[in-house]
Amino acid sequence: MDISGVIDYLIGFAIMAMIYAIFTLGLNVHWGFTGLFNIGIAGFFALGAYTAALLTSPPPDPKQFEDFIFGGNLAQHGFLDLGIDLWFFVGIAAAAAVCGIVALIIGTITLRLNDDYLSIATLGIAESVRFFFLNEKWAANGSKGLYRIPKFMGELVAPENYDYLYVVVVLIVLAILFVAVQRAARSPWGRVLRAIREDEVTTAASGKNVFHFKLQSFVFGAMIMGIGGALFAHHVRFLSPLTFDPLLATFVIWAMLMVGGSGNNLGAVLGAFVVWGIWAGTQFLPGIFSDPSFRLFMIGVLIVAIMLWRPGGLLGEWRRIIERRPASATGREPAGPD
Amino acid sequence: MNSVSSQPENLAGPSRRYRRRIGLRMSPGRISSLLAGGLLILGFLPFIKLGLVVNGLILGSVIALGAIGLTLVYGILKLGNFAHGDYMAFGAYVAFFIVDGVLPRVGIEGAGLGPFTFGFPVLIALPLTALVVALGAIVLDALIYRRLRDRAASTAILMMASLGVAIAIRGLVQLIWSGETQHFPRESRQVYHLPMDVRIPPDGLFVAVLAVILVAGVYALLTYTKMGKAMRATSDNPTLALVSGINTKQVVWWTWAIGGALAAVAGVLLAVVQAQLLPIMGWKFLIPLFAAVILGGIGNPYGALIGALIVGVSMELSTQWINPSYKPAVAFAIMIGVLLARPRGIFGDAP
Repeated sequence: MDISGVIDYLIGFAIMAMIYAIFTLGLNVHWGFTGLFNIGIAGFFALGAYTAALLTSPPPDPKQFEDFIFGGNLAQHGFLDLGIDLWFFVGIAAAAAVCGIVALIIGTITLRLNDDYLSIATLGIAESVRFFFLNEKWAANGSKGLYRIPKFMGELVAPENYDYLYVVVVLIVLAILFVAVQRAARSPWGRVLRAIREDEVTTAASGKNVFHFKLQSFVFGAMIMGIGGALFAHHVRFLSPLTFDPLLATFVIWAMLMVGGSGNNLGAVLGAFVVWGIWAGTQFLPGIFSDPSFRLFMIGVLIVAIMLWRPGGLLGEWRRIIERRPASATGREPAGPD
Repeated sequence: MNSVSSQPENLAGPSRRYRRRIGLRMSPGRISSLLAGGLLILGFLPFIKLGLVVNGLILGSVIALGAIGLTLVYGILKLGNFAHGDYMAFGAYVAFFIVDGVLPRVGIEGAGLGPFTFGFPVLIALPLTALVVALGAIVLDALIYRRLRDRAASTAILMMASLGVAIAIRGLVQLIWSGETQHFPRESRQVYHLPMDVRIPPDGLFVAVLAVILVAGVYALLTYTKMGKAMRATSDNPTLALVSGINTKQVVWWTWAIGGALAAVAGVLLAVVQAQLLPIMGWKFLIPLFAAVILGGIGNPYGALIGALIVGVSMELSTQWINPSYKPAVAFAIMIGVLLARPRGIFGDAP
């Protein structure tokens, strides 16, 4: 077997797994820390990806049967030209901002109400975002999709070496986000979030504004997902509304967090690698195992099984010893946003 | 909770809560909102195509069948069942299996029964499918949800599990019947032309009539039978229901049986109305279902019925002005509007 082909495959695998790890981190902020039930990850995924792609793509070429009118290619205007293209960073920041704003709106409406409303609303957002990009051809070329999305700082290296550059870029972004989420989780702010997850009424009674904390957590997680979407756009460099179907853009990420252990950031990253490894690996298997429907079925069974037997995920949350002792003494369930 | 505050409530009649649930209590807020809604409809009337309203009522009756089951499960078991749409899709495919795979072997085939596009086999398949899905829903409860309830798991865990069930069912349906479009054996039929440019497909008439019969049946069951009363009591206050000797286990079974059977029928009818079956059709139907449930107030079957009709008519009417593929987004917009204005539904208390 050609060794460089294997390495290229592994690099491509690592890029996707790390992008998924970013989403899993965002979901961990929502579900793992705060107990917010977001099943519309695909919506934030798509918003982030499209925002970054539209800001950095070249303007539409009328000869190419393109319908969209945006496509800034802000890089060409020479703004902030420091040799490397800073507009890519603007694209990523804008992706985070757009997701944050949408999360702010949805959160303001639903987070005051019962927990379940948020999940239904996020589901609606994900579907509506997809309908929007499918039907509004002027926005992003409809079902034909956006292509020619530029490589992230692609002029720095030769085209065939792009993946080597990009794996480093994604690794750096993942590392920054990981540290940020880890610090946030350890901070007093993160403690309040976990308190809300465990017992909302008690937290409110201790003088915390539960709604505000939930809203902050929801916006924070959604912004992380937006960044993940932006990185995804520069990796696959082709976006169509069909890319963001609930299976690959929502359920797989849930499975990753469930496997890794909700509330555990390292577990979230690990879960992304494990599940994506299984997902990518099974396509080489013969017969039924590589059937996408069978994999869909197995993801569902996996989620149910984990909910039944290990609601905190396979790894579970790492608690400090001082927290762990009374938990085991009273026979409470280990770590779970119950 | 507090005996002093509950005193006036008792004087006003013990059934105040019940009357509120079925939406009989008239507050100034409710009267004004009903008036505003009525005026809005009257103002729009000259611009409205009556044909779209008819289509909306047909769609609304399919939504109603799904939403009534969903709201019963939501109210009684405190489970927002994300798998409900996939129960519908599964029902449609079970009916397809019976019509396409089983009945032809015993010589029952055909399409175009009377004025309808579908044949006699679909009528045979309907009750069988309802039975299969009802049993399936009870088995899934015993396997999954009962264990979670026994552990006193949170609603989020229950909903997450139902999401897993939804994914698994859809995967199974795709695995068995492939993701390709299927349809019941059909023959094309003339639509009925009525004045004012109203066209009613006979299938739509069948759907609406069957929905009315089933909803009336559910109403009778909930109002007059002992089990129906027990279900309403459990929905109101599960602990009180348990201590007053209600067999909550049977209540749970009946809730799933009714919800599953209605979902199965709704799925078959959806496949008839859309003239096709797709594994994703149930999942796509979730947003209108939840919109109807929230519009009517969670746990209130009569509210879900009204909500479903409102959602169905709005979805169809919207096609007069905006792209028809935005129909589910219209349902979502209605839901957001209700959450903003009256989070407990149009028959619930103001926030």
